[in-house]
Amino acid sequence: MNTKVKLVTAGQFRNDIPQFHPGDTVSVYVKVIEGDKERLQQFRGIVMGIKGSGNSKTFRVRKISNGVGVERIFPMNSPKIAKVEIIKEGSVRRAKLYYLRKLTGKAATKIKEKKRKLLIVEERTGPTENDTSVPQEANSE
Amino acid sequence: MIGLLGKKIGMTTYFEESGNAIPCTVVEAGPCTVTQIKTNEKDGYNAVQFGFGVRREKTVNKPIRGKFAELKLPVPRYIKEILNYPVDGLKVGSTVKVDIFKAGETIKVTGISKGKGFQGVVKRHGFSGGVRTHGQSDRERAPGSIGGSSYPSRVWKGQRMAGRMGGKKVTVRNLKVVKVIPDSNLMLIKGAIPGANTGFIEIYKIA
Repeated sequence: MNTKVKLVTAGQFRNDIPQFHPGDTVSVYVKVIEGDKERLQQFRGIVMGIKGSGNSKTFRVRKISNGVGVERIFPMNSPKIAKVEIIKEGSVRRAKLYYLRKLTGKAATKIKEKKRKLLIVEERTGPTENDTSVPQEANSE
Repeated sequence: MIGLLGKKIGMTTYFEESGNAIPCTVVEAGPCTVTQIKTNEKDGYNAVQFGFGVRREKTVNKPIRGKFAELKLPVPRYIKEILNYPVDGLKVGSTVKVDIFKAGETIKVTGISKGKGFQGVVKRHGFSGGVRTHGQSDRERAPGSIGGSSYPSRVWKGQRMAGRMGGKKVTVRNLKVVKVIPDSNLMLIKGAIPGANTGFIEIYKIA
């Protein structure tokens, strides 16, 4: 990306959001303003994909709510995201999990868990500019 | 009219303090050097001529070179007059920077739109084309009738047809300034502006 564009958005990157991958089950806590009160709204589901770069990076989370599939797209660097918790790390073989939309029942919500040890969430660094988001299993094997 | 010359850098997302994401164009605006002040008495109209950027020595022709040798100024990449610019305090050689703009102000931006080449009427003029079904062939993006037969027995002037699209001067009005960064001569404008990245643009205040 252009260095001058980077200059503008430099202060806006969120380094406190843990690095997650497609297939992971996450809880996203979003700040919701109701009247003059602010509360946190949780959205828990499977990360279907990560899209874009820089400040415009987004991720898509899918969950089944009362039997209906719900997908929500979050801007990765949005100040409205209070925190992201990684519940489970999934083992998947593609970057965009659009096939989940065709699945029903248990298969739609269950993804094989990663065999390797779960890293401690706090110690992982957030997404950075140079992050090429290479799947981690590809590095270790 | 108050304005500035600049360069389009690119687009990005900018988050407001409230958390709203705004689509923004990053623009390098100024610093512009005053290269001439035109007055009604001398030139027949009031304007301030600005220069922006630095031009390679090789590409400068002799009249321009002579003018700037006289002024003892580097030759700018772009030279543009802005009509009825308030002269107060400005003289040849002084610079105008991006800090003449403030966040929240309404502006208009002029640039050369991206050239699209030779395009048909559907893309160029927004015609709806023909029907896709009912036994049609080769009519999907056709313009349809271009005029009457007995009268006028010719095609009216100005009939919209296929042709070169884009690459023209376009002005987008009522844009909002989101942020001004005077240190790096950058400016954030909400929304899109004409032209490709690195393209030359003119930015004007709307009173």
